[in-house]
Amino acid sequence: MNKISCDLLIIGGGASGLGAALKAAKEGVNVILVERLNIAGGILNQCIHNGFGLHYFKKELTGPEYAANLINLTKDLPIKFLFEHFLLSIDKKSKTVYFASENGIVEIKCEALVYSAGARERPFGSLLIPGDRVSGIYTAGVAQKFINIENRIIGKRAIILGSGDIGLIMARRLTLEGVEVVAVCERMPYPGGLSRNINQCLKDFGIPLLLSTTVTEVRGEGRLSEVITSELDENYNIIEGSQRSWSVDTLVLSVGLVPSTTPMMGYVDIDLRTRGIIVDSTMNTSVPWIFSSGNCVIIYDLVDYVTKEGEIAGTYAVEYIKQKKEKKKIPIKKGIGVGIINCNAWVEQTDLNLYLRSIKPIEKGRLIVKSGNSIIFEGKEQAFIPSEMVHKTIKAEQIEKLGNIDNIVVEIV
Amino acid sequence: MKIVVIGTGIIGSLISRELTKYDCDVIVIEKEKDAGLGVSKANSAIVHAGYDDEPDTIRAKYCSKGNFLYTKIAEELDIEVKRIGSHVVAFNNEERNTLNRLYKQGIENNVPGLRILEKDELLSMEPNLNPDVIASLYAPTAAITEPWQVCIAAIENAYLNGAKINFQEEVIAIKTKDSKIKKVITNKHEYEADIVINAAGLYADKIATMAGDRAIPIFPRIGEYILLNKFTAHDLVNSIIFPTPSKMGKGILVLPTVDKGILLGPTSTDLHYKLKDLRATSKEGLDKIVQNAKHLVPSIDIRETVKIFAGSRPETPNKDFWIGPSRNIYGLFHVAGMRSPGLTSAPAIAIDVVDQLIKSYDLNLKKKTDFNPIRKRIPHYVGELSLNEYDEIIKKDPLAGKIVCVCNKVTEREIVEAIKRGARTIDSVKFRTRASFGECQGGFCTNKILEILSRETGIPVDSIVYNSDNSYIVKGKVRK
Repeated sequence: MNKISCDLLIIGGGASGLGAALKAAKEGVNVILVERLNIAGGILNQCIHNGFGLHYFKKELTGPEYAANLINLTKDLPIKFLFEHFLLSIDKKSKTVYFASENGIVEIKCEALVYSAGARERPFGSLLIPGDRVSGIYTAGVAQKFINIENRIIGKRAIILGSGDIGLIMARRLTLEGVEVVAVCERMPYPGGLSRNINQCLKDFGIPLLLSTTVTEVRGEGRLSEVITSELDENYNIIEGSQRSWSVDTLVLSVGLVPSTTPMMGYVDIDLRTRGIIVDSTMNTSVPWIFSSGNCVIIYDLVDYVTKEGEIAGTYAVEYIKQKKEKKKIPIKKGIGVGIINCNAWVEQTDLNLYLRSIKPIEKGRLIVKSGNSIIFEGKEQAFIPSEMVHKTIKAEQIEKLGNIDNIVVEIV
Repeated sequence: MKIVVIGTGIIGSLISRELTKYDCDVIVIEKEKDAGLGVSKANSAIVHAGYDDEPDTIRAKYCSKGNFLYTKIAEELDIEVKRIGSHVVAFNNEERNTLNRLYKQGIENNVPGLRILEKDELLSMEPNLNPDVIASLYAPTAAITEPWQVCIAAIENAYLNGAKINFQEEVIAIKTKDSKIKKVITNKHEYEADIVINAAGLYADKIATMAGDRAIPIFPRIGEYILLNKFTAHDLVNSIIFPTPSKMGKGILVLPTVDKGILLGPTSTDLHYKLKDLRATSKEGLDKIVQNAKHLVPSIDIRETVKIFAGSRPETPNKDFWIGPSRNIYGLFHVAGMRSPGLTSAPAIAIDVVDQLIKSYDLNLKKKTDFNPIRKRIPHYVGELSLNEYDEIIKKDPLAGKIVCVCNKVTEREIVEAIKRGARTIDSVKFRTRASFGECQGGFCTNKILEILSRETGIPVDSIVYNSDNSYIVKGKVRK
């Protein structure tokens, strides 16, 4: 067995893992970054559209450009990349992590770990859409991988279920590559993606967006040949008589991402509802030496946030390696109006980066962060929709001036 | 002596293997691309204890015997058979009376270890059951397996022992002379035959008619299923949970799969006999599964579904197996109507069918001395070996260190080995290795498996399918 050691071990070489590596290596600790593919950058490499990097790099980039820029920043830093290494198990007592590789098992002993393995797509089977068992149904990421990376055509005529950003982007991508996109269906009464993507990916190409509509049956012999859609009422029940038949050979799904956290089950606390790893404002998990960042914590809207959160994980992992001091944590509670939120606790002396989504569209509301009756932050009146993530950084001083507090509540009222 | 076996489901595959113990030519014909892809692929995967079958049925004759034989089959063919036991649960006194009746029936059928459990003991074994249960019939010998693996293993072992296996060949005619079997003609070849074993599952009636025999009509009874994520749902139940059976059958069950997932189902809908290829799920069916399964285990979270599927089982008018020599065509032997408990009964049927063949046709079949009963499964490394053992293997075989299916930790070596053993489709690789059987359902690995399949077989990626002929995944290049 190949035995090596490092200060900080990072699992996952995507936008977040690279961010963590950068920050930690700049602080002078030596870093090993383990990636299961043969290239760093993660899912960015298949996202050849632009719209990345406006926050982090202050310019608009494509996915591969964003990845290349990040990788460039790691040059000359004490970061060792191990590609095509696959996580097997973790020995929590000895802080040792085991990986499989073509050269044998690699045992890495570390002082701290950042887990940033991203997310997976919800599969078609989980949607309980009845019908024939056919080929021609792809999650958006798989379709993207086939078209953008492998140069392969997936079909001739497609319908898309789900108006999340990747669904919208795939509608445009398919159209540009000669696949006819007949419609994008969204079961909610409002779109799932950013408004700019609705305009640039659907409206500009005349692709209809059917709200409150979902796929209720798939048909075909071997290959998909027909998709039935139905309209839904306000309780998401099918409106009888609203069925429509679409003659298509391809169904692309953009029905959500699930944090890729199964390998960490049993090692750290995981939110069983969102499947995200539970972290505090330093991206520390329930285990003092294990940190986590990126889409395996919460599904972000922007890759820029993912890298930023990786940097936070890297920064505090280094602080842990150097000081090993336990700090006081104040739990953060989800108040009314909030659907999902990260993080789960505020650690004293740290800035609090809140990322949250409203539970439903709210025309006029305010983001309020408080403890008991004391307001820590009150936002301006604005509209909230679940598809647009809200990000707010609250400085440590703002919380500390309240003195001793038991909890922090975040709400939209 | 030339014996042609039509079909490689649980019956055809085990009979083929049984026949290779004797000195005769065994020719196996299968229309699908791999073994066990018909009825055997999609069912509850249960090795029943044997209390269900009325003692005067043919089913009762084979079921508990077959159950017993699975221990040996598992050992010889290196397949997983987990004796996790089953409970038939009762919610009221009327249902308790049914349990008592089943108990007596089980004793008559020689089912070992049966017990009626009272609520407290039952709930201590299965804490997630609906607390309204009052009792259960506990059968410790009930087991779960992977039926397609049994078929694949039996066919591999039959091949090792000299059987000729012909996939993707469909029987189009059976020639007889003076009402005696002569030839089996497929869409590709002709085979001389002295005996034809009709193990064609849902199509056994078609095969019988083809040979000029009168057939028992076989109609499909479709069953739909929901499979829950093994990582989050695996501890819902420890054993097979049946509701108390009714006239409509065994009802909708909740049970673990060998791979630690939780399976809910089946529904039970009789279809027109022409709809034998239908494998569609329906909204009504899925809703019914959820409702019934939640009645047994209220904490089931349907959001943990990873896939839904449907399978058809061959049903006959008298709800029993159809086993025996044709009265009209000499040399034609039917082993059909394999409704539940066909999977369980199969090993006992296979042995008995060979005995019956010898008696019916006065065959002078000699036992081979060099029959090798042992078949080894494709080795799985992660989680089954210590890290040191696994390290040693990778040092000799680097492909064993490349994980292709991240969810189920299936390595490239396992996939290449499945291809060496005959897998040519994504489904064949999946059923042999569990690659893409996990929670992402192939999201991360389908493209890699395609590439490996193409590399190892020379088949272009565009021609590789999921399962049936038209189920291609990609077609053509985006750019030249």
